[in-house]
Amino acid sequence: MSANVMRTGIDVPRTRAFARPSFVGRLFAGACATSAWMGLGVLSVLLVGVLWQGAGWLSWSFLTNYDSRHPAEAGIRAGLWGSLWLVVLATLFAVPVGVGAGIFLEEYEKKGWLRTVIEINLSNLAGVPSIVYGILGMAVFVKMFGAFQGQPKVLEIGLRNAHFDIPLPFGRTVLSGGLTLALLILPIVIVVTREALRAVPSSLRQASYALGATHWQTIRHQLLPAALPGIITGVILSVSRAIGETAPLLMVGAAVYLANSPGGIETPLDVVKHPGGVLEAPFDSFTALPVLIFNWISRPEKEYRHVAAAAILVLLGLLQVFNIAASVIRARMQRKTRW
Amino acid sequence: MLNGLSTIVRDRAAAQAALQPDLKASTKPKLEARNLSFYYGATQALFDVTLSIPERSVTALIGPSGCGKSTFLRTLNRMNDIIEGTRATGKVLLEGVDIYEPGIDVVALRKRVGMVFQKSTPFPKSVFENVAYGPRVAGHRGSKALAELVEACLRRAALWDEVKDRLGDSALELSGGQQQRLCIARALATNPDVLLMDEPASALDPASTAHVEDLIFELKQNYTIVIVTHNMQQAARVSDRTAFFNHGHLIEVDATPKIFTRPGQKQTEDYVTGRFG
Repeated sequence: MSANVMRTGIDVPRTRAFARPSFVGRLFAGACATSAWMGLGVLSVLLVGVLWQGAGWLSWSFLTNYDSRHPAEAGIRAGLWGSLWLVVLATLFAVPVGVGAGIFLEEYEKKGWLRTVIEINLSNLAGVPSIVYGILGMAVFVKMFGAFQGQPKVLEIGLRNAHFDIPLPFGRTVLSGGLTLALLILPIVIVVTREALRAVPSSLRQASYALGATHWQTIRHQLLPAALPGIITGVILSVSRAIGETAPLLMVGAAVYLANSPGGIETPLDVVKHPGGVLEAPFDSFTALPVLIFNWISRPEKEYRHVAAAAILVLLGLLQVFNIAASVIRARMQRKTRW
Repeated sequence: MLNGLSTIVRDRAAAQAALQPDLKASTKPKLEARNLSFYYGATQALFDVTLSIPERSVTALIGPSGCGKSTFLRTLNRMNDIIEGTRATGKVLLEGVDIYEPGIDVVALRKRVGMVFQKSTPFPKSVFENVAYGPRVAGHRGSKALAELVEACLRRAALWDEVKDRLGDSALELSGGQQQRLCIARALATNPDVLLMDEPASALDPASTAHVEDLIFELKQNYTIVIVTHNMQQAARVSDRTAFFNHGHLIEVDATPKIFTRPGQKQTEDYVTGRFG
């Protein structure tokens, strides 16, 4: 009798306390798993679809041909070079400014109204749709607020070995596109820099100060080297965002049909053969991979869908390379440093 | 407990007397805190501390967690300055000069008053570059002189024999005890006259702790050492004078044997005998 009472005394709270949460728990875990598989499912439908459509169209000549009225001859050379130039210029502008701003906010302007104002603006900028950046880029870089009133000027800068002809306003050039993409990724670079600096253990900073290092020496010799892998990872990820952007490039006047590469540089060897082309390229007209894809998809001929699918495969491949590079750098960083 | 401690104190005191018979003659204060109060924002962490630290001696700061001993240590080289919203009132005199005067060069101060932290914090650089960091940021050039300086500092920190063949290796590959001695060597490289140590052995195994303690004993012939420790036996073993802090107040400071055998205050006695803290 007493043994019976004992048993029920234990059994009742156990079923009450654990049975229901275990059902809810399993339901929750199932819902989470469904969400995860949904993402994977959509991605694989997209991938399979693109692979199905693009297979057979991806060839060496597809990479080296320019666009054409004949789908079978159309290629992405102009888009590849255009995207490369855009990304290089965007990185050149965004990284020094972004890293500098990140260091300023994290190390120098620790409190006060200026930091608050900049922070609010940064979070606003990060949320601005990319098409708005395109409008901004068009007004600021392409037209320069119409300051030249339809009479473009050329700013000539003659250096000892090089000669620049800078059109004013910049017009529909690689430079305008690159600067616009630089604005687009700037908030990301700043945020990434700040996070990387914040992740440096304070013990490292204190040890440096304790040895009589100045603030600048501590930043230069301890904080930046320790934060660098994080900054590089973030820059690569932001570049992979920039390389897929279409809308702002359409706004700043990326050409939809173009049969030359910026600066006349068509192969990597041309950089050595015509070094002058490197200086001309930023002021040349351009197109980009996503712009080509957008254009091909919109054409009535069915074959262009296959061309577009092949270009999407190339773009996805490039993004994959960037993402792998970023995770390799992160993994190496974690192996190298241990605090 | 009290008995065991006093034996240790006497042993070390006897050894010390044999090593340096004229040590007691040196009573000139190297560092002196006068009516020092310290605030983290609105919270007061130190109350009116007045303490003088004689030259070429080891002063131990003991007390329960949060009593202000680490804060006090960090006021001595103004490391608290890098924490926002802190302020100090009163004076800290280094050889008679107030280090909280407006014109004081904090960077130069920290070269004279070196610091070793609780957690060994080698830079993610080579062994050599860790020791060379202080001289380098001070503008030291010339590779030969620098190499000699690095060797001298590693020898003084009793680490040279263990690392002389791996100066180019990452300092992160050294053992915990070696890393802490490397941090001491690194602190010596700026040629300080005062060494501040914030629980330098609390993260080390007993053998490494003994190594670091022997080193402290050696170093006091040339340096003025202030050490924060949670370990009462350690305070008894290595220090000449001991200061007991509680709730931000300096309760008592006296010769170490006296603090551990016949303390003047009831609080001190309760603490050193393990009744609280």
